[in-house]
Formats: sequence, structure tokens, C-alpha cells
Amino acid sequence: MNGAHDMGGMQDMGPIELEKNAPIFHAEWEKRVFALFNSTDVKWPYRRTQIELIPPAEYLRMSYYEKWLAALPLVLTKSGMATAAEIESGKVQGGVNTKWRVVKAAEVATWILPVSTTSDKVTAPTQLHVGQRVRAKNINPVGHTRLPRYARGKLGTIERDGGIEELQDTDIQGLGPKQQHVYTVRFAARELWGDQASPRDSVYADLWEGYLESA
Amino acid sequence: MPTTRRDVLSAGLAAAGAAVTPSLAHAQSHDHDHDHDHQDVPSDPALRAKALESLMVAKGLVDPAALDALIDTYEHKVGPHIGGSVVGRAWKDPAFKRRLLTNGTAALAELGYGQHDLTVVENTPKVHNLVVCTLCSCYPWTLLGLPPVWYKSAAYRSRSVIDPRGVLREFGLNLPDDVEVRVWDSTADLRYLVLPERPAGTEALSEAALAALVTRDAMTGVAKVTLPPKGTHA
Repeated sequence: MNGAHDMGGMQDMGPIELEKNAPIFHAEWEKRVFALFNSTDVKWPYRRTQIELIPPAEYLRMSYYEKWLAALPLVLTKSGMATAAEIESGKVQGGVNTKWRVVKAAEVATWILPVSTTSDKVTAPTQLHVGQRVRAKNINPVGHTRLPRYARGKLGTIERDGGIEELQDTDIQGLGPKQQHVYTVRFAARELWGDQASPRDSVYADLWEGYLESA
Repeated sequence: MPTTRRDVLSAGLAAAGAAVTPSLAHAQSHDHDHDHDHQDVPSDPALRAKALESLMVAKGLVDPAALDALIDTYEHKVGPHIGGSVVGRAWKDPAFKRRLLTNGTAALAELGYGQHDLTVVENTPKVHNLVVCTLCSCYPWTLLGLPPVWYKSAAYRSRSVIDPRGVLREFGLNLPDDVEVRVWDSTADLRYLVLPERPAGTEALSEAALAALVTRDAMTGVAKVTLPPKGTHA
């Protein structure tokens, strides 16, 4: 969706505000929302999709954790974890959870432990290769996508094969199979922004094969 | 499942969304004077968060001990000191540095830490790397902890790709024209860490002393690593 979240290339967002000795959380409730949002038994693309559905004026006004707080009820109701009536009343009406996996305290410590890099047995055919010139497709899906607007229609070069990942788009028509290669594509800054950009600079984006066509 | 904003506004806010955006939901459903009693939905984020937590605990969707463990992990256990130790090792050990630049996740595992699909990009006198996530705020949590507010801000997310040199100037870093700037937009599940340049005059320092010099900002690419002024302690 061409929403407020897809902000790469916008210019009127003001100076970058730096905070000296910033705390990790700025309020107790931010900690709780951080933990609740990360504990829901849905994947990150699903959570991000709900954040992106916050109306643009609200999205731009809200702080990071305010967005998470706003998206959490949507995650709960749309996934079926809780009903709207339960959220409104704060009372359990639809019975307790028997279906969703609950994160246990002991498991949290494992989240930062080494991850295997050899257990990836998924394979996917590919038509592309490193070094190839590609053009990012000009698509404008109304659902969730990870192809930023600034890259659409632009020419780039595949720098690296980032392996196979599950496509995160909600509108997958025309984008190929669910499991596909993600390529790191180098776009010259001038291809994206014209002559105002430095001829030396570039932007790299990690793009699923379905977003790309050979050029 | 609602998929458009219109659906969210009508279905989401009217039903689930009383807790989402009280002012909007309220305006839609209460277009009249307030001379009656009704249950006010808490508008304060702290109260809303508490209400959601109570409900999720009561429904057995979350384990309170796990919530506390999550907060403790990301508030106290992970952070830039982990990224700093990785950089310190890379500066001291050329073979480790090669492995780190080739397969970041595997090299990180040698030090006992995990970060899926980690790519480490190296700054040199002629190449400067900058990491951003324009679509949300993706960031290598294990290595750097949770991202600072500026990394998540609209200003940084929007401008880093179109004007990286201007953004760097705001951080006090003026790059010469002949330095190549590479901006890494974390649009998929790959995560990026900048391996900063090792400052001159650090030849005698231990790995731990080197690690202590390395800042979060340097590993995100908005700063260089510098030595503390003489007479102070790192």
C-alpha cells in the first residue's frame, strides 16, 4: 500500500532530533507494549501490516510504541485471538486460549543465541543471478508489500543473493511462489533521484525475486 | 478481513478500535452532547496498555513471566556492547573479520550470539555505509539493542535514502565528495551492521579496550569511531 509508512525519499519531515543519554524505553507502558506485541503468536509481517493500516494522519502523529499500541488490538481481533467486545470491555467472553502458542520465559533467552546457518533446506528456482541488471516492477498493491515506492520502475544491479525467504506481500498475484530468493539490489543514487544526487552514491534494497524483472 | 483503511476505520475502529484511537471512534459513534453515562474507554496509553495486558493474561495468550523476561533481555542484556565486541574482535583478528564480512550470522555465532541473516558492511577511507529501514524500523536487535528514537523517526527514515550526506551532516559527519556513500535499506529479513574504520593510534589497545570505543551510532553508520580526548578514560 502506498501509505505513510513508505516514506523513503520524502523531504519535509523536519530535522532529525537527537536525544542525549536516551533511555531504551521512555515510559513503563512502552515496555509492556513492547513485550505484548512481541509475544503475540503471529509473524512480523502480520504485525507490520496492522501498523500500516493506522490512518496516515495518525501514523505520522504517533510515536513508535503508540503505533504498536494502536496495532495490537487489530492483531488480536483480526487473528481471532480476542474479540472486539473483549477488548472494549476488558473481560474474557470468548473463553481462554487453547489454540495460540504462548511464549515462555525460559525461551526468551534463546532468542539471542546463535542461529544455524546450515539448516536452511528450502530450495527455490530462480531466473536471476548476481551481477544481472534488473528493473523493479512498477506495482502498487493495496495490501502489504516490501517493495518501497522509490525503487519501483528503477534499474539496478543484483549485488548478492540473500537466500530464500517467504514473500511477505498480502497481494501475491503475479509475484510468484511464496518461497523465493531475496536479492540485494544496488540502485545508483542518480537512477533514483536524478542529478541532484552524488554520482558516487547508491542505495541497496533487499528485494524478492517477484519484485524484479531482468533488464 | 479488512484490508483497506476505509475498512479499518469503519470495522476496526468502531468495533475493536475503541481502544485503538478513542477520539476517532468516539467521534464516529457519539455525534451528540455528553449528558449521559457511558463507559469511558481509557485514552491514556498507560491505561490502555494495562487493559490489554490484563485481557491477554486472563485469556492465556501471554505468560507474565515471559513479558518480564522480554523486557529484561532488551533493556539490560542486549545492546551496543555486543556489537562493539564483534567490531573489537574484527579489528584485532583479520581472519575473523574476513569470516564476519563473508557470513555475518556464522561469525557472530562464534561469539555466542544470534542474529538471523546478518550482513556486515565495512567502512574504509573511500566507502561509507549507512543503515536505515524506510518502511518500518528494522534493526539488528541482538547486536545493537532496540533502536533509538531517531532511527525510528520519519525524518531519518525518509531522508536517509535521498540525502544521506545531508543526514550525516546533521549528525556532525561531513564526508568529502570523493567518498562513496552506500545506503542499506533493510526492506526484507536481512539485517545490517556497519564495521567502522579503526581509528589511528589504537595499535596498542586490547580487544576489550577497542570494543569500548565503538558506539551504536558508528555501527549504524551515522558516526565514526574516535578516541576520547587525551586525559580522559574510555
